[in-house]
Amino acid sequence: MADDVAIAARNVVKAFGQGATAVRALDDVSLDIRQGEFFTLLGPSGCGKTTLLRLIAGFEMPTEGVILLDGQDITYLPPNKRPVNTVFQSYALFPHLTVADNIAFGLQMLGKPKAEVKARTDQMLALVKLEAMAGRKTSQLSGGQQQRVALARALAPQPKVLLLDEPLSALDLKLRQAMQIELKRLQRETGITFVFVTHDQEEALTMSDRIGVMSHGKLQQVGTAKEIYTRPVNRFVASFIGETNFLPAVAEGTMARLSSGDRVALETPAKGAVTLTVRPEQVRLEPAAEAGGIAATITNLVYFGTDTYVQMALSDGTDITARVQSPVTGDLGLERGGTVGLRFTTGAVQIVGD
Amino acid sequence: MSPAEETQIGQSARNGWLLSAPALVILSIAAVGPLLIVLVYSFLEGGKHGNVVWNFSSEGWTSVLWTKDIFSDSYMLADAHLSIFWRSVKLSLLTTLITFVVGFPTAWFMATRPAKARAFWLFLITIPFWTNILIRTYAINEVIRNEGLVNLTLMQLGVISEPLKMINSDFAIFTGMTYVYLPLMVLPLFAAIDRFDMRLLEAGYDLYAGRWQTLRRIILPIVKPGIIAGSILVFIPALGAYVTPRVLGGGKQMMIGNLIELQFLAGKNWPLGAALSLTLLVIVTVALLYYVRVANGEKRHG
Repeated sequence: MADDVAIAARNVVKAFGQGATAVRALDDVSLDIRQGEFFTLLGPSGCGKTTLLRLIAGFEMPTEGVILLDGQDITYLPPNKRPVNTVFQSYALFPHLTVADNIAFGLQMLGKPKAEVKARTDQMLALVKLEAMAGRKTSQLSGGQQQRVALARALAPQPKVLLLDEPLSALDLKLRQAMQIELKRLQRETGITFVFVTHDQEEALTMSDRIGVMSHGKLQQVGTAKEIYTRPVNRFVASFIGETNFLPAVAEGTMARLSSGDRVALETPAKGAVTLTVRPEQVRLEPAAEAGGIAATITNLVYFGTDTYVQMALSDGTDITARVQSPVTGDLGLERGGTVGLRFTTGAVQIVGD
Repeated sequence: MSPAEETQIGQSARNGWLLSAPALVILSIAAVGPLLIVLVYSFLEGGKHGNVVWNFSSEGWTSVLWTKDIFSDSYMLADAHLSIFWRSVKLSLLTTLITFVVGFPTAWFMATRPAKARAFWLFLITIPFWTNILIRTYAINEVIRNEGLVNLTLMQLGVISEPLKMINSDFAIFTGMTYVYLPLMVLPLFAAIDRFDMRLLEAGYDLYAGRWQTLRRIILPIVKPGIIAGSILVFIPALGAYVTPRVLGGGKQMMIGNLIELQFLAGKNWPLGAALSLTLLVIVTVALLYYVRVANGEKRHG
């Protein structure tokens, strides 16, 4: 195994319940999370991402498989023996302790000397900019402040890996965006490996070094935000991350024939029936008269400020959506019922599995 | 402020007093009144056949701690009273402690059951309240007396040849009180644990706390209000217990309650009885103040 792997999961299965009614929350998941990276587990609720996080934290034991931390088997180690800390979705701050005592808790449990606990707590308070709140009870803090206490508390013992279970979901939009930047900053400054769980694809795209997309207990794809967005491996990943068009087609080597009969170029040659995907912003529109374009009829225009979604039907009725900058609609004289020609950006057409 | 407004406020203040008058009257008749009578009686001379003679005397109060030697007229410490006070405080503290030790796991078990099962367990805990305390105490008597359940079973099994002497002892009183007052400890503990956010346990484990540290540093401080309430609910009635020591202590092992009864009835010394009643009140108040202060060492917030 490579030296730079912080957390490794090997063929992990987690089943809840017994026998025929057992539910496989995780189904044969293998994954490497690298040292010092911001890794996001992304998926809809019930996909198993939180279960995987809880296995890494030690709150659950896998039914099968092993989990390694720095190459050491930690599968059955209790949570209090793992150098891994969690930021809980509910924060789970201790209501009977002050902000400073919350942050100091982990250090005290590790038996650190008093002076070190104090110094480290002060350092963490400064890191999350809560020096003024040190003596407050956590119930006197706002949601965003509680969030920062939870972060500081989990970071104080300098864990090898920090787990974050949808920590931003309780915050309003503005605060969430501010915390996203804050989290990135903290990760850069501490150099600690972050494993972040979310169902929000935008959050995942903007923050992560790499993303693992999960669905139905399986890891669907692992890659950088760009890889996952531009080269989704299957239908689920393509539709969960961003918006996309699916076009049924028959591949004939470097070209594919759409159901409408139009031909498009393929980046990777293939044969037989395939599903193509192309992002709306990769669909370029031009006047219908121009040669080489695919003819389409505009069925609807949806205005979104800077951008406009142009919903169209190909000659056989296949739906396709383009996202164009709003002024373009005027330049091209687009209107409902009008005809238009469309073209795909080079390399934009991808074949996806089911 | 205009004079009219001032009159209005004055009026509403008067109305306030008028409206709360019934409550005040009942309070003074039911609570302050009897206490005043007891206080006055404790400073009077005792009559020959009980009752009081309306002459001031501090004899009642003196007799709480001192006893007059019939021959020399000198005063000595009343050992009997002191040992009864000591037994009362000791057994009440012990009862509070053991009901907590037994009651906490019980309450924790109940609070962590599914909602339906919880109702069932709560029901079981409250059943003893439907039974008269005298009957419950005699039930304990039936269990621990010389020919009782425990002794018969042990003798049948050949574990012992002579019955264990458990009845008419401090142990018997303590056992009876623990049994009788246990629900009073369990219920407030249950209410407190029920409110406890179990997710904090995971946070504790995650931050390197073991089971014992999680209990001591997280669970106990957070359910402390329940512990305080339960301890008060057990300690106060235990200190003034009458029926349990009477039935299980066999008349020899007295507690303050029995001593007071003795003075009013057989002893025909009402001033002493009254002074003892007030002594009990003082002990309870002092204990309560001390306990609440210790328990609230750190100020609790909102």
